[in-house]
Amino acid sequence: MQNILELRNISYSYHSLHGETKALSNISFGVREGEFVAIVGPSGCGKSTLLSIIAGLLVPEQGTILVNNPDGSLHYPRIGYMLQHDHLFEWRTVYRNMTLGLELHHQLTPEHLALVDRLLEQYGLNKFRDKRPSELSGGMKQRAALIRTLALEPQLLLLDEPFSALDYQTRLFVSSDICRLIRQTGKTMIIITHDLSEAISLADRIIVLSGRPAVVKNELPVSLTLTDDSPLAARNAPEFQQLFNRLWEDMTHDKNTKT
Amino acid sequence: MTKTQKPELTKQEQFIRNHLRHHHQIAFLRTLIFFAVLVLWESSATLGWIDSFFFSSPSRIVRCFLEQLKTNSLIMHVGITLYETIISFLLVILCSLLIATALWYSNHLSEVLEPYLVILNSLPKSALAPLFIVWLGTGMKTIIVAGMSVAIFGSIISLYTGFQQVDSEKITLIYTLGGKKRDAFFKVVLPGSVPTLLSTAKVNIGLALVGVIIGEFLAAKRGLGYLIIYGSQVFQLDMVITSIIILCLIALGFYKFIQLIEHRIRIKFKM
Repeated sequence: MQNILELRNISYSYHSLHGETKALSNISFGVREGEFVAIVGPSGCGKSTLLSIIAGLLVPEQGTILVNNPDGSLHYPRIGYMLQHDHLFEWRTVYRNMTLGLELHHQLTPEHLALVDRLLEQYGLNKFRDKRPSELSGGMKQRAALIRTLALEPQLLLLDEPFSALDYQTRLFVSSDICRLIRQTGKTMIIITHDLSEAISLADRIIVLSGRPAVVKNELPVSLTLTDDSPLAARNAPEFQQLFNRLWEDMTHDKNTKT
Repeated sequence: MTKTQKPELTKQEQFIRNHLRHHHQIAFLRTLIFFAVLVLWESSATLGWIDSFFFSSPSRIVRCFLEQLKTNSLIMHVGITLYETIISFLLVILCSLLIATALWYSNHLSEVLEPYLVILNSLPKSALAPLFIVWLGTGMKTIIVAGMSVAIFGSIISLYTGFQQVDSEKITLIYTLGGKKRDAFFKVVLPGSVPTLLSTAKVNIGLALVGVIIGEFLAAKRGLGYLIIYGSQVFQLDMVITSIIILCLIALGFYKFIQLIEHRIRIKFKM
């Protein structure tokens, strides 16, 4: 399948009076439609910077991003971005949090709201629609944040360590839950994580970045033999350990990384 | 004494009982202090330990209060002071909201104005009062401006600081959803700063009262501040102390009022 998005030689530096800090150096990779790509790398290597560039929040200093829509159009794919915390606003009800994006785009139209209602129903949050976010469990908050993102019908979802604020047990369930829901929509996803086992269990392909300035060290396709769809299934797959070891190798044998 | 046959209290009942007992104790001690001071004050005056001409006494204050109600227009003086305080309080909140918003919008503006705000905030505002009299005359305008001058700079600084402390990731969220800077302000910064706004309001209502009283000392023919100055000039210290006690009650009333609004908002937004 064709790449819908292709990054070519992306470089980015942060500037301060003390000098220049190179964050990204010549990053190139492509993302195919419907693919789940995980980006892993040592902390502080510029993963979030890369995601911000893809999202259009930052402009790369060098390099280009090529768009290749299946229908031949040239518009940049609509981006849905999920941050580290759910950031549901306590002064809004759960429902009004979900429609925030539509509100900002002045799209509170019946057909758009129907999508929100359908997702609410589908994700089992309907009876919480008039509650405050603090009354939801950690998993439900992530589902609510997902609905808020999906309400704008993005083509490409960017997840910036979206589960890192959760405790380990919740995280196992929520990460596989959210990714299963995203797979059902057929959307393309790029997820940043520093948790190698999370990357293996969620992604179709893993891109390993080096320490700062980040270069693409390796690209690993993931194919696991799964027995069931529980959060632990991927971790029990026979290929898991081997992949984990290779990633670990890549991450630790890095002259740029100080451990 | 025989042991009662009452069933043992559960831990929860015991907890509630202890909780209530604690609150009753606090309320009792508060009332006790109030009456102890009254009794001590009154008896010291009657027994001649203090000169009630200078120190007044609770009974003289009550008498003075009732007299003032009848002959003089005490209600008018209280009303004037209340009116001036509320107007200057509302203007402080409005102006400081507008200015803090402008500072938040423009980093340039806030960086340029920062030293001026700091200087104006630490300046003793009573020093400005004579200027206001010359510029604005000796009317209500001067007093309202004097009231505002005490509160406004601190209010701008604390609101602006509150705006800045709003989680920057929440603002990023607005941008990722396609919002603009004004969306970030109206959807995140402003609603997220409601607690700051309320605590600023609590401080400001008191400061506005301070400013209004300073103003009335210097440039008024009406109001509690005027009554205090007038009373001290004609050695009617009962009148001075009565006015001070009314001021205490006004300050308490304002504080409770803001607290009530705060409580309402907290319930509404389940904060």
